[in-house]
Amino acid sequence: MTVQAPHTSKQKRPFFLRRGPMENIATAIIGLGFLMLFQPFLLVLYTWSLVTLLTGTVLFIIVSKFPE
Amino acid sequence: MPKFRKETQVTSVTDTSSSILGKAAQATPAPLASRIRGISDRTMAWLFITPAIVLLLAINIFPLIWAVYLSFTNYRANRPNAPLENVGLSNYSRVLSDPNIWQAMQTTAHFVFWTIFLQTLIGFSLAYLIDRKFRGHAFWTTVILVPMMLSPAVVGNFWRFLYQPQIGLFNYIVSFLTGIPPSSFEMLGSVQLSPWAIIIVDTWMWTPYVMLICLAGLRSIPDYIYEAAEVDRASLWRQFWSITLPMALPFIMLAVLFRGIENFKMFDMVTLLTGGGPGSTTEVASITLKREAFESWRTGRASAFAIILFVAVFGLANIYVKALNKVKQR
Repeated sequence: MTVQAPHTSKQKRPFFLRRGPMENIATAIIGLGFLMLFQPFLLVLYTWSLVTLLTGTVLFIIVSKFPE
Repeated sequence: MPKFRKETQVTSVTDTSSSILGKAAQATPAPLASRIRGISDRTMAWLFITPAIVLLLAINIFPLIWAVYLSFTNYRANRPNAPLENVGLSNYSRVLSDPNIWQAMQTTAHFVFWTIFLQTLIGFSLAYLIDRKFRGHAFWTTVILVPMMLSPAVVGNFWRFLYQPQIGLFNYIVSFLTGIPPSSFEMLGSVQLSPWAIIIVDTWMWTPYVMLICLAGLRSIPDYIYEAAEVDRASLWRQFWSITLPMALPFIMLAVLFRGIENFKMFDMVTLLTGGGPGSTTEVASITLKREAFESWRTGRASAFAIILFVAVFGLANIYVKALNKVKQR
């Protein structure tokens, strides 16, 4: 009779499916978009701010549904 | 013996049916009564929630979806019968490449940053003082809260008088403190001073609100933590940085979130005080939006602008709620 040892380490999910780091990335993108929208230096940054903000917000909404 | 017990129970049930409640139940028409009896708790909950959801959809969600739709068209509210054309992303492209709108965004950012900074600093300091519970602190709390209770229309009008260079009290106080002649500067007419004139009024009006939230945070800190700190001979400075500030931080952040969202939409005070002038010095995003929508009548473009502002505030609120949860978990 053999006794199976219990699994001591959990199998890690891939990086892009983990909530914590992906939420941090989404937050950084939103922050970047926000700064781009209100900065007074370059018009081109202002032009691309909405795309950045939207990408970050949509990403945040999706990844916040991932399990911890 | 068991038979006797059964008879007693039956008599008791008959008694209940003859009570007032029983009569009321009997008076209810049979189909309705059976229908109500058949409704589950879940259905009942939905029945109560439905009116609120319908109202929310009609007042908030539908206009939002409609604004998104209009932002892709050339719709003009002053020509409702003109043929509607789909213009794709052209409205967004124009809003995001217009230097005037870019300027309005910077003005908004300047206004939001300084109002929140001053309101948080002064509001928290006042809350810290009021929390000391000195003699008459309840009276002073009420006095401090008065500006918040006034209508923005009233506040805007009387600050216009206070800022008058000839008769205004503000100029005389500045003159008294600095020695500058009162009629030598104009708070609302100067390019340099007019943004600060609005920041001062908004700070005066809404600092009590921040103070109230901070006071709730300070009052929620249990006394025994301070007592333990005193036993450990922690200085007042140490107690402030290690107990007071970390424990009141979620409340401060909540106040900043509320004021931040409100100040991005600031319209009434700016309109009453300067109307966006002199020139376009105090033209914040909401005033530019109103001009696009109701002076230039470019409703489609104004809708695109409104959606951009909405996305910005929504994104910021997401970050903020995340930060708030982290602070609460500590």
